[in-house]
Amino acid sequence: MNIEKVDRILEEHEYKHSAIISIMQDVQGIENYLPEDTLRYISEKLELNLTRIFDIATFYKTFSLTPRGRHTIRVCCGTACHLGGASQNLEQMKRTLHIKEGEATDDSMFSLETVNCLGTCALAPVVMIDEDYHDAVSPSKIEKILSSYHSESKRL
Amino acid sequence: MKGINSISNLETLRESIQQQRDSAKMLIRICNTGCRARKSAKVIDALEDEIEKQGLGNKVTIKKTGCHGFCEMGPIMVIEPGNIFYCCVTPGDVVDILSETLVQGNVVERLLWRDPETKELVICEKDIPFYKKQKKHISYNSGKIDPTDIEDYIAADGYSTLCKALSAMTPAEIVETVVASGLRGRGGGGFPTGLKWRICSAAPSDIKYVIANGDEGDPGAFMDRSLMEGDPHRIIEGMIIAAFAIGASRGFLYVREEYPIAIEHLSIAIQKAEEYGLLGNNIMGTGFDFNITINKGAGAFVCGEETALIISIEGKSGTPRSRPPYPAFEGLWGKPTIINNVETFGNIPQIILKGADWYSNIGTVGSKGTKIFSLVGKVRNTGLVEVEMGTTLREIIFDIGGGIRKDKRFKAVQTGGPSGGCIPISKIDMPVDYDSLKEAGAIMGSGGMIVMDETSCMVDIARYFLNFLLFESCGKCVPCREGLKQMHYILTNICEGKGERGDIEALTELGHFMISTSLCGLGATAPNPVLSTLRYFHDEYVAHIYDKKCPAGVCKNLFEYMIDETLCNGCTLCKVKCPEKAISGEKKKPHRIDTAKCIKCGICYNLCKRKAVIVI
Repeated sequence: MNIEKVDRILEEHEYKHSAIISIMQDVQGIENYLPEDTLRYISEKLELNLTRIFDIATFYKTFSLTPRGRHTIRVCCGTACHLGGASQNLEQMKRTLHIKEGEATDDSMFSLETVNCLGTCALAPVVMIDEDYHDAVSPSKIEKILSSYHSESKRL
Repeated sequence: MKGINSISNLETLRESIQQQRDSAKMLIRICNTGCRARKSAKVIDALEDEIEKQGLGNKVTIKKTGCHGFCEMGPIMVIEPGNIFYCCVTPGDVVDILSETLVQGNVVERLLWRDPETKELVICEKDIPFYKKQKKHISYNSGKIDPTDIEDYIAADGYSTLCKALSAMTPAEIVETVVASGLRGRGGGGFPTGLKWRICSAAPSDIKYVIANGDEGDPGAFMDRSLMEGDPHRIIEGMIIAAFAIGASRGFLYVREEYPIAIEHLSIAIQKAEEYGLLGNNIMGTGFDFNITINKGAGAFVCGEETALIISIEGKSGTPRSRPPYPAFEGLWGKPTIINNVETFGNIPQIILKGADWYSNIGTVGSKGTKIFSLVGKVRNTGLVEVEMGTTLREIIFDIGGGIRKDKRFKAVQTGGPSGGCIPISKIDMPVDYDSLKEAGAIMGSGGMIVMDETSCMVDIARYFLNFLLFESCGKCVPCREGLKQMHYILTNICEGKGERGDIEALTELGHFMISTSLCGLGATAPNPVLSTLRYFHDEYVAHIYDKKCPAGVCKNLFEYMIDETLCNGCTLCKVKCPEKAISGEKKKPHRIDTAKCIKCGICYNLCKRKAVIVI
């Protein structure tokens, strides 16, 4: 990641140790994951032990230490979604994309994640792809949903 | 006018805003928060385009509001005057809405809500049964005001309580009013809010903090999200009053990262409140300083626990610590801190404005006020409902919620998220309050209410919550870390058909052990979903363990899909869609499933319109 961008983030947070989670969130907001060299750089700059940064990066579910695909698929596994068949949707996603949760497809198109709850329980089961919500998802709809992102990328 | 520098200044501003409002104009209130997931933003775009195209700008105002509650029917739109309620609105409906309702004054019938029982159309929002039995106090503004417009909140008497608190009350009077109101924490524990404040205000320290917990981690609950998105100033006003009462000058709002709209609306609200002199240094010229910072959660359920949340704000991994000392004595950076749920803060303005007597007359003996519940699952009308404490489960699920979907049978309602329990039909007339729920083996929690029907497997639900907690346990204390692992192992075996004699007893013993020995609330309540389902749905466990059957057809190893040949008309839809090519049969002749090939993905079961695919 561009050093200037990292410096700007650190400056915005006044190099405070207490802001480390927000700093990492901002880095991930730009890079979509936490690059190792950036974390090492932050550790030096803040004089904060790298093990503490690694601890945070692995404790909080939102952080990823490996690059994500262009589109992030988040299958909501909240209770309402679970009752509506979220695990079957997740299975179907895995079968269609040939990846497991936490992985990205070979063409770096999609990465697959689960989320505890998106707070859109009334529309369960929900799958969120980037900023888009897909409600009342069932295994038979998944191929169509994914193909809309494939065709979108081709157009770009 | 900005920069309110005296109490009277706010009143002058309020009057001028109210006078400026053009009541002759028609008002379209459309949800721009929860309904965004149903593409309400596109409806708004279409509305704005069409209004401009038809030159109707001087006749109508569009107000982008928070959640109306009836999420099932989104996108929702209410038109005033007339209180006309339109649901499931699409961009294609916009032209008709403007030409029919706005210009002609007629209703567009196809957009009205239809009562599924009587088949009658209902025009007004207030006449829909979903809203009739509700008592909207805290969520009153949500769906009415534009949450990004501070003047809308001020026009709706917003910040008038803050004026009262700062000008006419002492900090001690505020604390005692909250004590007398009987308000209990809305985050789950139900600890009396006033007592927390009293302890913190008496704690000797020159630095104190106020934290609002918006880390709504319970899966299946979204009340806090809606409140933060739809009425952010109410929470901020509650926080400022709390800060004044205990003598704090800094506050933190801890919000889940999964709620981007809530973070956006709260950020705007804080910035605007500062601009207007209602937040920051020297609030309204009274000399009182209070600043609020937003902290984004990073996806750790345990951070909803107060000590873990505090550690997370300090920039570390959020693992809980033992209490005492309670945060009211030693909280953030070792200083006295009050930490309340955002809905608790949402209650404060009305308590201070209308008084403890008014508030304590609402609700039951031990549980005062109203509570917002997220009513989801297999219920017809999903959404957010606010009811008086003491309303029965039957009233909530059947009168407001409209009963069970697809005319299935009610089996249970799960309250309190992973810390809660499942309540069976025999308790359906139980009043909903902190104490009754606890007695029934569940908890109030933050207000998630997940309705289950005959197709929900109670053993699977118990396993689901344990699986959730297994990944969310921070691992600091042994009972929680290891107990969850063992209980989850046993439950997974049961669900996979490998259950053995003695499993039920082991689950019970482990559960009670965890309750009495875990470090924080996560571990101490984790066995609740298992123990409550064991208590009320013992026969389902027996069916899984001894008969190797899942009566609800959820646990994959314990059922098969079959096609009922008398119902199948050979439409071939299932055959075409089966990803494993496990279905065979000729067109217009009954089909068959090859159980050796079937992966039980459920596609055929969900697709078949004739319900010919059955679970055995």
